[in-house]
Amino acid sequence: MGTRVIGAGSKHTELGLTDYEYEQICEKLGREPNDVELAVFSLMWSEHCGYKHSKKLLRRLPTEGPHLLLGPGENAGAVDVGDGLAIAFKVESHNHPSAVEPFEGAATGVGGILRDIFAVGARPIAVLDSLRFGELDSARSRYLLDRVVAGIGHYGNSVGVATVGGEIYFESPYEQNCLVNAMCLGIAPHERLTRSAAAGVGNHVVLLGALTGRDGIGGASVLASAELGDGDEAKRPSVQIGDPFEEKKLIECCLELLDRDLLASLQDLGAAGLTSSSSEMASKGQVGIDLDMAEVPLREADMEPFEIMISESQERMLCVVEPQLLDAVFEVCQRWEVRATAIGTVTGGNRLRVFDGDDLVGEMPVDVLVDGCPLYDLEPEKPAGLVYTAPAARIGDADNVLLALLRSPSIASKLWAFEQYDPLVGSRTVRRPAQAEAAVLHLLHDGGHGAVAVSIEGNGRRVACDPYVGAAEAVLECAANLACVGAEPLGLTNCLNFGNPEKPHIAWQLTEAVDGLADACRALNTPVVGGNVSLYNEAPEGPIYPTPVVGMVGKLPDPAVAPINSFPREGLVVVLAGPFAPALAGSEVEKLRGELADGLPAVDLASHAQTLAVIRAATRSGLVVAAHDIAEGGLGVALAEMAIPARVGVRADLRSLENDSTEAGGSIAADSAAPDFPAASAANSRARSAAGPSAASASEALLFGEGAGGFLLACAREDADSLAAICADIPFTRIGETGGNEIVLQLRTASLSLQVEEAAQAYERAVPSSFE
Amino acid sequence: MTRFGVIRFPGSCDEVDALLAARRFGEAELLWHRDRDLKGVDAVVVPGGFSYGDYLRVGAIARFSPVMEAVAEFAADGGPVLGICNGFQVLCEAHLLPGALLPNTSLRFIARQVEIEVVNAATPFTRACEEATQLSIPVKHTTGRYYHPHPDSLADQVVFRYAPGQNPNGSLADIAGVANEAGNVVGLMPHPEHAVDPLVGSADGGKLFESMAWVPA
Amino acid sequence: MLIRPKQGILDPQGQTVERALPALGFDGVSDVRVGRMVELDVEDESRLAEICERLLTNPLIEDYEIVDDR
Repeated sequence: MGTRVIGAGSKHTELGLTDYEYEQICEKLGREPNDVELAVFSLMWSEHCGYKHSKKLLRRLPTEGPHLLLGPGENAGAVDVGDGLAIAFKVESHNHPSAVEPFEGAATGVGGILRDIFAVGARPIAVLDSLRFGELDSARSRYLLDRVVAGIGHYGNSVGVATVGGEIYFESPYEQNCLVNAMCLGIAPHERLTRSAAAGVGNHVVLLGALTGRDGIGGASVLASAELGDGDEAKRPSVQIGDPFEEKKLIECCLELLDRDLLASLQDLGAAGLTSSSSEMASKGQVGIDLDMAEVPLREADMEPFEIMISESQERMLCVVEPQLLDAVFEVCQRWEVRATAIGTVTGGNRLRVFDGDDLVGEMPVDVLVDGCPLYDLEPEKPAGLVYTAPAARIGDADNVLLALLRSPSIASKLWAFEQYDPLVGSRTVRRPAQAEAAVLHLLHDGGHGAVAVSIEGNGRRVACDPYVGAAEAVLECAANLACVGAEPLGLTNCLNFGNPEKPHIAWQLTEAVDGLADACRALNTPVVGGNVSLYNEAPEGPIYPTPVVGMVGKLPDPAVAPINSFPREGLVVVLAGPFAPALAGSEVEKLRGELADGLPAVDLASHAQTLAVIRAATRSGLVVAAHDIAEGGLGVALAEMAIPARVGVRADLRSLENDSTEAGGSIAADSAAPDFPAASAANSRARSAAGPSAASASEALLFGEGAGGFLLACAREDADSLAAICADIPFTRIGETGGNEIVLQLRTASLSLQVEEAAQAYERAVPSSFE
Repeated sequence: MTRFGVIRFPGSCDEVDALLAARRFGEAELLWHRDRDLKGVDAVVVPGGFSYGDYLRVGAIARFSPVMEAVAEFAADGGPVLGICNGFQVLCEAHLLPGALLPNTSLRFIARQVEIEVVNAATPFTRACEEATQLSIPVKHTTGRYYHPHPDSLADQVVFRYAPGQNPNGSLADIAGVANEAGNVVGLMPHPEHAVDPLVGSADGGKLFESMAWVPA
Repeated sequence: MLIRPKQGILDPQGQTVERALPALGFDGVSDVRVGRMVELDVEDESRLAEICERLLTNPLIEDYEIVDDR
């Protein structure tokens, strides 16, 4: 395994290459690389481009499926959604740039993922974002949240792509290493799906879009392959600035070029700019490429060839054009006011040759650049001790647990953020952010039937408790969200956000998590169509929680009956369906109490797959008015979240659930006259962690415990029996009815009740009030 | 059948949405910003989006495009022109509508369903409405705060107001939309084209397009 | 060209900056207005006013000041 050494010394170490890697380059070139070649190799062989520590592991993920049209390896994956239409999608991280300059980092993260989508010929139609910051008590986290949300909104809104969903979490391990993962969906008729393989010796290589400047020079290797320490001021010049107006013109231009069949291939310029796009195009097409730096339109006059090759200036695409079509291409570009310049040629042979006018300044074999990078085996070792300190306790015994959960920022309403995004442009959005468990976009204007649904989910803290189960749960959670709107999963994309994989305990987290993802995907027959890896997310204080983020796309036949996720009116029956087995381990309430479990209860993947199919049948039937899967904060929070939006209360009798599905049996020895649920005493807390759960914690586990498999469904009284019949093969308990202005949860010896308005104030005000 | 012309500038985003909405009530086609030819349409829609990236000032550059010269002539001749969001901004910059749009008081983009009141039901875009009725229509903008140095002088040029408590951006006198003196050019910040299909939300916005095709009994 | 919001027009950016300064330890700052600046080279100076009033500013809501940087 190569050791990474950054510091004074030879050039290659300053560029992020190990001595071993440098020797490999010399061996494969048959000589030492010159400066241009060294710069190119340092980027192509960086973690970000080369996937050195993850490629072998990623091969464990299932990548085949009945609806798959484009799999991993292309700019984005794509699935068939019927009627000759394809949905392309992918998720990508922009973590390190966002920590350095959050507005532009987030904005260019959106820009980058958009380009991956229209590079395959799909029109971007939706964006979702998964964000993680430190706790909101910290001014830095508030600043990052504010600027990241503003950056996402700025770019997504200006470019005319609806932002339809996302998630935001606040946990202290992300304080120094925030996570900004952006997912995009695009739509294309099958015929327009484009591959990036360059083809046709003699064809022109044409650069489209913005001028090339010094943006992000060294960004790929310097930022994404190193841990953030002190002195990240020095990394500021490497930050890219985005121009969504330029991107909008580029989208329209490229889609028209593809519609008119004018391009042989198309590739976006992302990390490592011209370097990666040209070499990857050549590699896939098994051809060579000659590029002339003197032809590249520059923003700054005195750029050197290596700078031009590795510049990460945004809003640029590379395409391959047959000579007789070049004029037609220029005409389309001119109409859209998009710069287009022929900068090279496709050649026979296998070389990437970089010219500066007539001078040859660099020559590298394509296969060595793209596939010659050493791939490292991880050396995973389960950690003997604690990797993370338990979170600081935020509630005491006297606190109202339900209120504390509702106002904890990870659970609280994120409307403050969603209102800064345009969810409607494109006229496809049937379910807007936070209206339903998944976003729903219909296909009617595109000539399709039905709708697609999309959800993005991750849970770092639970994965920290148990990487295998936690990662599997992320997949199940996405599928559960899709099931709540009646959608069947078609494919999945993932972003693996982890610490330094050269450390054995991180390697263990990564390996376990990938296995968890793989097993869950197989159980749900949902292939991974593509994704992204972001490693080295560590600060001197320690690594982030291991955070696999999953984005899942599904299809549903009738969007008009897609359930919302809140009670619209009184008089509805509320049922709890599915193998609900809540546990306190890894839960938000455990976090509030200042604990972090070691291990999570195992998941029965096959049973979940079956449950999802039943829930889907229920939500497609038209009988279900509202559906909410039980996740953070458990059953209590889920019921409150359903009551809050339209201020419709609920009375739920949970007595028949006690003993069945909680950690410990026995009745609660508590003050039954108390209007609020008596929180566990300090003695009970110690008893819970040392000797196992007490009766009080059994109730807490039922009310606020977490784990996949529970669904709350609301239907009209007259439909309850029909709904029960559809759900005959899964656990199904009628727990109450909507109505009144309170959330009432009845247990055997106690009753918890909370005014809907009080719940709403806590839930809605938590995030915005932190800015006041 | 009413023919709508929807202008497309570089950076327009909701022009296709406006096209789809208009087509529910008549025929509609896109008018490219470089063309001075309005193709004989019956009504012009200047759509929402971020023309020219909102650079310099919202609508400041788009208002100089060749198509806007034709729109100015069309409007001077009494032709009905509807400006939506960025379109409203363009029409103000082009002096085809009074006033100007400033950044929202919150300084943030705001996307929200709001209730607006029809104050003037006599324009070509509101005659299918009754005065004082409320329409549920989404807003989504950063620069929607309406400003006029003498709002009292606007009188019946105020076409829409945000319902009490619904003003999302600090607009003077809760003004959501205005008309020119002649009453044939109307601009509003809310997006009626995103309120024509019950599948995606309210259908109240359809009234504005329906009005163009509406012939009184 | 220095371009400022006209006096009397609500300037939330200016207000926000003004409110933030004391918290950072800067007292005695008032009347903050946030505008923008346009730099250009021009061959025919007599056209500057027209350039400002037709495109660079909206005279309804903005004032401008030409600064000669030569």
